[in-house]
Amino acid sequence: MSATRLLTSEFDGSRLALSGGGAWTAHHAAELEALLEETRAKATGAKTVRIDMGGVTAFDSYGAWLLERLKREWRDAGSKVTVAKLPAQDHGLLDEMAEVNLDTPPPPVRGNPVIEGVETVGRAGVGTGREFIDFANMLGSLSAAAFDVIKRPMSFRLTSLVHQLDRVAWQAVPIIVLITLLIGGIIAQQGLFHFRRFGAEDYAIDLVGILVLREVGVLIVAIMVAGRSGSSYTAELGSMMMREEIDALRTMGFNPVEVLMLPRVLALTLALPVLTFIGSMAALVGGGIVAWLYGGMSPEIYITRLGDVISVAHFKVGIIKAPFMGLAIGIVACAQALKVRGSAESLGLQTTASVVKSIFLVIVLDGFFAIFFASIGL
Amino acid sequence: MADDVISVRDLVVGFDDRNVLDGLTLSARRGEVLGVVGASGSGKSVLLRTIIGLLPKRGGTIEVLGQDQSDASDEEWRGIERRWGVLFQQGALFSSLTIRQNVQFLMRETLDISQELMDQIALAKLEMVGLTPQDADKFPSELSGGMTKRAALARALSIDPEIVFLDEPTSGLDPISAGELDELIRTLQQTLGLTVFMVTHDLESLYSICDRVAAIADGRIVAEGTIETLLKSEHPWVKAYFGGKRGELLAAQRKQPQPANRGD
Repeated sequence: MSATRLLTSEFDGSRLALSGGGAWTAHHAAELEALLEETRAKATGAKTVRIDMGGVTAFDSYGAWLLERLKREWRDAGSKVTVAKLPAQDHGLLDEMAEVNLDTPPPPVRGNPVIEGVETVGRAGVGTGREFIDFANMLGSLSAAAFDVIKRPMSFRLTSLVHQLDRVAWQAVPIIVLITLLIGGIIAQQGLFHFRRFGAEDYAIDLVGILVLREVGVLIVAIMVAGRSGSSYTAELGSMMMREEIDALRTMGFNPVEVLMLPRVLALTLALPVLTFIGSMAALVGGGIVAWLYGGMSPEIYITRLGDVISVAHFKVGIIKAPFMGLAIGIVACAQALKVRGSAESLGLQTTASVVKSIFLVIVLDGFFAIFFASIGL
Repeated sequence: MADDVISVRDLVVGFDDRNVLDGLTLSARRGEVLGVVGASGSGKSVLLRTIIGLLPKRGGTIEVLGQDQSDASDEEWRGIERRWGVLFQQGALFSSLTIRQNVQFLMRETLDISQELMDQIALAKLEMVGLTPQDADKFPSELSGGMTKRAALARALSIDPEIVFLDEPTSGLDPISAGELDELIRTLQQTLGLTVFMVTHDLESLYSICDRVAAIADGRIVAEGTIETLLKSEHPWVKAYFGGKRGELLAAQRKQPQPANRGD
C-alpha cells in the first residue's frame, strides 16, 4: 500500500495540482492528514487547485472528510477547487460529507480560575448540607412507611425481611466471628506484652473485656456490616433505580420505601445487635485463646477474672449502640442508592460514598454515645 | 462463493441440553442488506452473537471476511473484529462517556490521528446519523431511545467497518423514527458500501431495506431469498409471519404504485 504515495503535489506559483493515490481510508488517515497539512503550508496563495482522485483505490468516510476539508480550506482561502476523476460510487459519500460540520462549534468557554475555585468550594458546602437533608428525608420516609405498616400490619413484607435477615445476619456470621476472634486475640496479645513489664498481666483481661464489650465489638461489626451489606444495598437499589424498576413500582401504586427499603433497613437494625453479641463473644474467646497460649493463663483463670471485671453495664453500653448504627447504615445506603443516575460510573461512585459515609457516621455516633454514657455515669 | 463476507455452515449452538441452532447454514454477500427474521426465542440474536464471537459454538464453521473463526489466532481475530461494527439492541453505549467520546473510542485506540480530525469525524458521523453537535456532549442516560440507537449506530460506524451487525435496530422506536432509521441504514449502506447483517422483527424494515431475508425456525434457516421468495414459502411459520394482518397490509401497500414524492 505504501508503494503508491497517498498524495503527490505539483505547485507552480498559482496552480496547485494534487493527485491522490492508494487507499484513502481510516488506516491511512493519520499519514494523509500530515501530507495534506504539508501541501497546504507549501502552496500558499494558489489560485486554482485541482485534485485528481483517479489513483485512489479505496475511499471511506475518513478520506471523504479529509477531501472535503481540503476543499473547504482552499475555498476559504479564495482558490478555485476542482475534484476530478473521483470514482462514481464515491460521489455519494463526498456529497454526504459536504453537508456535515458546516457550522464550527464555538470554542469552550474558559472561566476565571479563582471564581471557579470559589464555586467548587461553595458547591461542596451546599452538597454537604444536602447530605443531611437527604439523610433526614430518608429517615422521615422510612418512619412514615413504618407507621403505615403499623396501621396495616398485613401489608408488611415479612418474607422480604426474613430474606434480608438471612443475607445480612445469618450469612455474615462466619466472617464476623473470624474477624472479631482475631481482633480479640490481638488486643489480648498487646495487653499481655505491654502489661508484663509492670507484672500486671492480669489487667490484659480487663482490657480485653471492657474494650471489646463497650467499643471494639460493636465498632468492628458495624464497619464490617457497612462494607458488606450497606454497599450491597446501595448497588442493588441503585441499579434498580438505573433500570427504572423503582419508577415501575411507584406507578403500580407501591411505595418503594415501604416495599424495598423498610425491610432492608429493619433487617440491618435487627441484625446489628445480634451480630454485635456474636462478635463480642468471639472476641472474648479470641482473647482467651491468646491469654492461654501466649500468656500462659488457664481458661479457668481467664473466665473467673473476666467475671470479676465486666458487668452487665459494659455489655449494655455496647449493645445499645448497635441498632442505631444499623439504622444509620441502612439509611445512608438507601439515600445514596436514590442518587444513582444513568451511568455505571455513578453507581460505583454512590456505592463508595455509601460505605465511606456510613463508616464515618458509625464513628460519629459512637462518639456521641460515649459522651452520653459518660454524662449519665455508665 | 468468493464474495461471501459472512459464511456460516452447519452451525450448532446450544445452552445446557438444548440446541438453539442446529445445523444452520447462511451466508451474506458483500454489499447487501441481509435481514434475519424468526419468532422470539428462535435464536436470531444467538446467531448474531455467535458470529461476532460472544457465544461459543458447538459445531460447524463460521467464516467472516474470509477468516475462519476457530482457526484464527487472537491477533487475526482482533483484526477481523476491527473491521466490523455492532449495534446492540439496547445501544450498549458506554454510560460514563459522552456520546462524542463513545464515537471516538475506537478511533483513539486504533488510529493515530489528531484530536482535531477525530472531533470533526465524530461530529460528521453524528450528523450523518441525524444527531446534532449539541448532542455530542450529552451522556447516554440523557438520550431518548431513538437517539440512543442513532448514537450507537454512529459508534458502530466510527472507523468505517466493512460489516455492520444490527440487533433489532428499530425495536422500541415509533414507526416514524423506525422508518427514518431504516432510511438512514439504507443511505449509509449505499454511500459507505457496507454489508449489513440485520436481525429484526420489523416487517417494514424487511420490506423497505433488505436485499435478502432469511427466516430461522427450529434452529435452521427455513427460507432464504428476496421478500418475494419468502412470500411464496410453504413453511408454516413463514406463512404465518408474512401472511398475518400486518404482513398482508404491507404486501398490499407494496403492490400499489409508490407516491411520487416519497421523501429521500
